[in-house]
Amino acid sequence: MRRSIDGGNMSAPRDKFGRPIVVVTGMGVVTSLGAGKKDNWTRLTAGESGIRTVTRFPIDGLKSTMAGTVDFVSVDPVSSTGLTEQLAKLATEEALEQAAIGGKADFPGPLFLAVAPVEVEWPQRLELGRAIGKTDFGYEDMLRVSGGGRFSAFHHRFMFGSVASHLAETYGTKGSPISLSTACASGATAIQLGVEAIRRGDADAALCVATDGSVNPEALVRFSLLSALSTQNDPPQAASKPFSKNRDGFVMAEGAGAMVLESYESAMARGARILGVVAGCGELTDSFHRTRSSPDGKPIIGCMRKTLADAGLEPEQIDHINAHGTATPENDKMEYNTTAVVFGDHLPKIPVSSNKSMVGHTISAAGAVEAVFSLLTLEHQRIPPTINYEVPDPAILFDVVANQARDARVTAVMSNSFGFGGQNASLILTREPA
Amino acid sequence: MTEPTAPGAKEVWITGIGIVSSLGEGLDAHWDALNQKRINVDDKRFAPYIVHPLAPVSFDAQIPKKGDQRQMEAWQRIGTYAAGLALDSAGVKGNQEILGRMDMIVAAGGGERDIAVDLAIMNADAKGNSSPAFLNERLMNDLRPTLFLAQLSNLLAGNIAIVHGVSGTSRTFMGEEAASIDAARIALARIESGQSEIALVGAAHNGERPDLLILYEFGDFNLTEKYAPVWQRDDKGGFALGSAGCFLVMESREHAEARGAKPYARLTKVVADLAQRKQAGAVTKSLEALWPKLGVTGDTGNLITGATGVGPVTSEEKEFLRQHPGFAVRATGTMFGHTLETQFPLGLALAALSLSRGALFPPNDPTGLEVEKPGVPDQIVVLGAGHWQGEGMALVEAIK
Repeated sequence: MRRSIDGGNMSAPRDKFGRPIVVVTGMGVVTSLGAGKKDNWTRLTAGESGIRTVTRFPIDGLKSTMAGTVDFVSVDPVSSTGLTEQLAKLATEEALEQAAIGGKADFPGPLFLAVAPVEVEWPQRLELGRAIGKTDFGYEDMLRVSGGGRFSAFHHRFMFGSVASHLAETYGTKGSPISLSTACASGATAIQLGVEAIRRGDADAALCVATDGSVNPEALVRFSLLSALSTQNDPPQAASKPFSKNRDGFVMAEGAGAMVLESYESAMARGARILGVVAGCGELTDSFHRTRSSPDGKPIIGCMRKTLADAGLEPEQIDHINAHGTATPENDKMEYNTTAVVFGDHLPKIPVSSNKSMVGHTISAAGAVEAVFSLLTLEHQRIPPTINYEVPDPAILFDVVANQARDARVTAVMSNSFGFGGQNASLILTREPA
Repeated sequence: MTEPTAPGAKEVWITGIGIVSSLGEGLDAHWDALNQKRINVDDKRFAPYIVHPLAPVSFDAQIPKKGDQRQMEAWQRIGTYAAGLALDSAGVKGNQEILGRMDMIVAAGGGERDIAVDLAIMNADAKGNSSPAFLNERLMNDLRPTLFLAQLSNLLAGNIAIVHGVSGTSRTFMGEEAASIDAARIALARIESGQSEIALVGAAHNGERPDLLILYEFGDFNLTEKYAPVWQRDDKGGFALGSAGCFLVMESREHAEARGAKPYARLTKVVADLAQRKQAGAVTKSLEALWPKLGVTGDTGNLITGATGVGPVTSEEKEFLRQHPGFAVRATGTMFGHTLETQFPLGLALAALSLSRGALFPPNDPTGLEVEKPGVPDQIVVLGAGHWQGEGMALVEAIK
């Protein structure tokens, strides 16, 4: 399907499969380390942690009491969905400003938004309960006071499409905005959908955003009940220990990542600065179990191989892996075993790092936050460390970038995301179009 | 945003349909129910609210392991069941070679609450005897660990992967009615362009949930007191939540022919937009703007709508329909209730079913907006306008 422009005199820039090359022309990021690429990169490469003891709500009775909360952003009325939206806006504005694309509130392409599933939250539920005006009430009593317009704002706030709708209106994205969830792989999926739309020729540009502001009591409890969270609460900065023998779970965190994707042709035509290339995306579902990976690792291995094939690269051409690296006992072991199969003898030559050691696990946002960090790694030729790496797990033989950032020649980064529900997604990011 | 279909775009066939709803399960049961104008509503269980309850279903038939069923809440069981019916209907059930590379886009809301736990916490709070630690302690002690997995939006897809082995790509779109319009739109675009060969697309909704009634009551969207067909609801209107699961198998014509699959219909086009509904008439305008992009060939035809019955969107949709008087209209909300994410796949399924049976099902509307349409349909438009946002349409065509 190679198409030519200018009456066939000149070929549009295409990848080796004849598809439009997809480049990144704008990026934005917010995490517990700060707002913006500059602050995040400085603190990330300095090995600082954004994890702290939760102060937003009482932590009495919780097993895990720390998180990578974004405390410098607040929303009124308080809700995780409201914070999620605000974080998305901060990241999007930074990305749009850098890309300098379209007019104000006139982004020339679709929106793909990775966002946590939305539901009515406890502050609002309790507000409703108090409005009933009696005790020992049931759902019928709640229903009786719910209508009449008094709580109409709750309807809009807690619709699944609300965050995307507000972003679409604010930034003038085109068409029907897509909200998606592939659990902890959501951020990577949002980028993948944007890449696919540009490769199809459906759009010249796409806004891909991933956001998560959902550190609230019930979310912490839910992950806690699945034994997924670290309980090494003291000191909180040391809780997230990817690849360490004494790792005991992930640390919940908040953040957002945004990317403006464009076809190389369209970016060149408007003279945009190209920050990097999304060279490949891949995805393969695990049908083994709701929360655990297939013991043979085949779906993860297949996912990484599909991504390499999509990018047209050999394993030897990858020179850094931005790992999913959640610090759960199961993930890190499985990630090592599968990566070892895919990269074989080349693996010892690949420095591996997990940003989650510092920013925690930003869940729905993680794939995009880590894609932004991967591109910053390519730009600065410097790999952020995996902190808290004091007791290496002898079963995980990665070349972990331990505790201190490392300068390195980096031309192609693989960024991995794996989630509940058998969701596996990988991206390959490069500096220059191949 | 929708571009003209690109040269070389692959033709996309609907080769599998799975439906389970308040009217029963499977294609024959639904075809019979529609022709008999059957409606199944329950106005007692959640009175004064009205719901279309799921017909009795033996989940074992599609979800053989009880352990799997226990790991799901009702919406996931409904969806996993309907997905199994669709795979059966496409003749790919158990075909691991195909299922292993089958792409999946599920449009999902979220899962059920533990109502007893919620009520206990709210009552304690309203009595003023909740300490700061109270919420944490109750949640830690009372929430079932597995409930989370039954609430997560992407775990319907996860369960379909586990139970049926659909394990190519897996994407879950959220955002009420628009989510499934986009699911169909993206699946079609991916197959047309060669990014995918075969896909499972659909949604599920459990309408028998008090927490959902509350959510929609916040916006005064629920139909109360007395059931009425969609077009007969008064200006205030309202929807009656319905339980339903609906999945479609879509594939490229080449892929279907190579495996000898029989198509129900061709999916030619899906278009969607999101109007900021701040001014009266925004929905009518949005639908009018989408119409010419569909590729409808004449001034007469057939149209199946998921009209919710709530104001003002349904009156604005009526205004749009008045501009196209040659189209025989059927509103699925009358028979199925409002099934949110499931409404659009249900429209696609009934369009494909009608085309494959060579007839549009009869009207079910005392107001006269829906009229008899004799003859064999060759095109059916499927329309969806969400109760608060999102508009879309599809064109489904007969394969002769």
